[in-house]
Amino acid sequence: MAKNISGAPDSELKKSASLTLRKVIAYIVLIIISLLCLFWFYVLFVNSTRFHSDIQNGFSAIPGKAFVVNFKSLMKGTLPVFKGLRNSLIIAASTALLCTYFSTMTAFAIHAYDFKLKKFMFTFILMIMMIPTQVTALGFINLVDDLHMMNTYWPLIIPSIASPVTFFYLKQYMEGALPLSLIEAARIDGSGEFRTFNGIVLPLMKPAIAVQAIFAFVTSWNNYFTPSLILTQLNKKTLPILIAQLRSADWLKFDMGQVYMMITLSIFPVIIVYLILSKHIVSGIALGAVKE
Amino acid sequence: MAGNQTGVAKANKGRNGKAVRYNKWGYIFLIPFVVVFLVFQLIPLVNTFYNSLFEYYRDGRTWVGPTWVGFENYKTIFKADLLKYAGNTAIMWIMGFIPQIIVSLLLAQWFSDTRLKLKGSAFFKTVIYLPNLIMASAFSMLFFALFAQNGPVNTILVKIGVMKEPLDFVNNSVWGARGLVAGMNFLMWFGNTTILLMAGIMGIDVSLYEAAEVDGANSWQRFTRITLPLLRPILIYVIITSMIGGIQMFDVPQILTDGSGGVNRTSMTLIMYLNKHLFSKNYGLGGALSVILFVITTALSLTVYNLMYRKKD
Repeated sequence: MAKNISGAPDSELKKSASLTLRKVIAYIVLIIISLLCLFWFYVLFVNSTRFHSDIQNGFSAIPGKAFVVNFKSLMKGTLPVFKGLRNSLIIAASTALLCTYFSTMTAFAIHAYDFKLKKFMFTFILMIMMIPTQVTALGFINLVDDLHMMNTYWPLIIPSIASPVTFFYLKQYMEGALPLSLIEAARIDGSGEFRTFNGIVLPLMKPAIAVQAIFAFVTSWNNYFTPSLILTQLNKKTLPILIAQLRSADWLKFDMGQVYMMITLSIFPVIIVYLILSKHIVSGIALGAVKE
Repeated sequence: MAGNQTGVAKANKGRNGKAVRYNKWGYIFLIPFVVVFLVFQLIPLVNTFYNSLFEYYRDGRTWVGPTWVGFENYKTIFKADLLKYAGNTAIMWIMGFIPQIIVSLLLAQWFSDTRLKLKGSAFFKTVIYLPNLIMASAFSMLFFALFAQNGPVNTILVKIGVMKEPLDFVNNSVWGARGLVAGMNFLMWFGNTTILLMAGIMGIDVSLYEAAEVDGANSWQRFTRITLPLLRPILIYVIITSMIGGIQMFDVPQILTDGSGGVNRTSMTLIMYLNKHLFSKNYGLGGALSVILFVITTALSLTVYNLMYRKKD
């Protein structure tokens, strides 16, 4: 391509032609990949609006009229879906709240103060950041059992106070958003450290906290492994556990409209929130990973 | 902890009187993190390790043990199916990761190419990241329903003549089930990888590309000679974090195969195996498996730390 030496104008022409070609290829690939991402959710949506008999008859690209019917029959069905939704919501919202509040606090401690163990703590948190929770699940269940917290939500909410990934993101953000002089000024005005944190630091960190709150919420909302070990009573279960239960039931006998409706209920709240806030979320993803 | 704080505060007093009054707050604000970490992560870790050294399991309604057996559980688990499940996990990870890294590199390159000036890139980024936020168990249930023997995908494939008769992907085909797991992992993670790689490419000095262009390098040469070598740290980061994620693979194959692991347990992953031990209350073997996974993931985590976060001074 670059070896074209038959005069400058011709080579320019060729260059712009090849650029156009690359553009066209890029758009085609991007559109195919986007369709590949969206196709499943579209089929899900369509099927959740169709009657069981229609779904059994084959595939359709046009939504049906059974959305309300499916929703009502799911709510009346054997699985406590509505309770599951409520349970998931309580756990995810509390997790998001505690996780972001205390992670901001941890980030503030490392960012704003000088103390002997500061460097050690920061290094330590970064080192354990990637270690998955599953590998300590066994000891975790034993502990929860000893504390008589089986079938309660506490063991699913409280551990989020120590979230290295959230901490790291907020710490990175804090470096750009929170000048230490501001804290000095607050001190001169006679504000106590705790009040400074709540009254000045938290409001300044709002954009970053919002992004992390969404991530914490979604992670908790989607979590299946740990809750399935802790919550064994039917009324306490969260949505992912109920989906697993639906899968192990003799599901061929199920009303497929209900099955799709249940999946829709688990997935679409997150999709809607994401679409509203996607700008902030997408720009925030890479912040934790990129080298300074 | 509390005694330590006052000790440090006193020691500092002489040097910097003003800072001392405030710096103890560094410790105070760290208390929630440290306490929660100690209680809910460190104690369980120690307990897990401790359990791995005992024969301790439930047999029907009676408990066997705990009896001290040393490292016997580790030997048992290696002789059992550990390696098979490690292999399954690795195969499904690789099957998902290879297309993931190729597509992500391509898209990241396109998104950050200033001369290509793609329109609607914000829209595309939003779409490709979307599957990452979806509840994996629900996504897996959806695929199970769509790829069922009488599901819509089979109907379409038969109708357009790709297959003669419907295939039971999940229950009757080794590579069908593995392929579905890998495919879902690919869909859920390539958007995330694209955005990470894009951030890496954006960090590369534009003048390098300009100089290469003056020297007559085409876009492929610019990609292989400039982008790839300079992207190496972030590529390694992506590979290792993806490996750690691969080891954690659970929700998707668990729901898809209803915990059975498909034909001959060929889609059974390491965490599914762990989950089985946790549910059947075999604490000895479960503990040994956990410790093995802990050692591997810690080694990988430390590699990431050394690569990305350690200040070189």
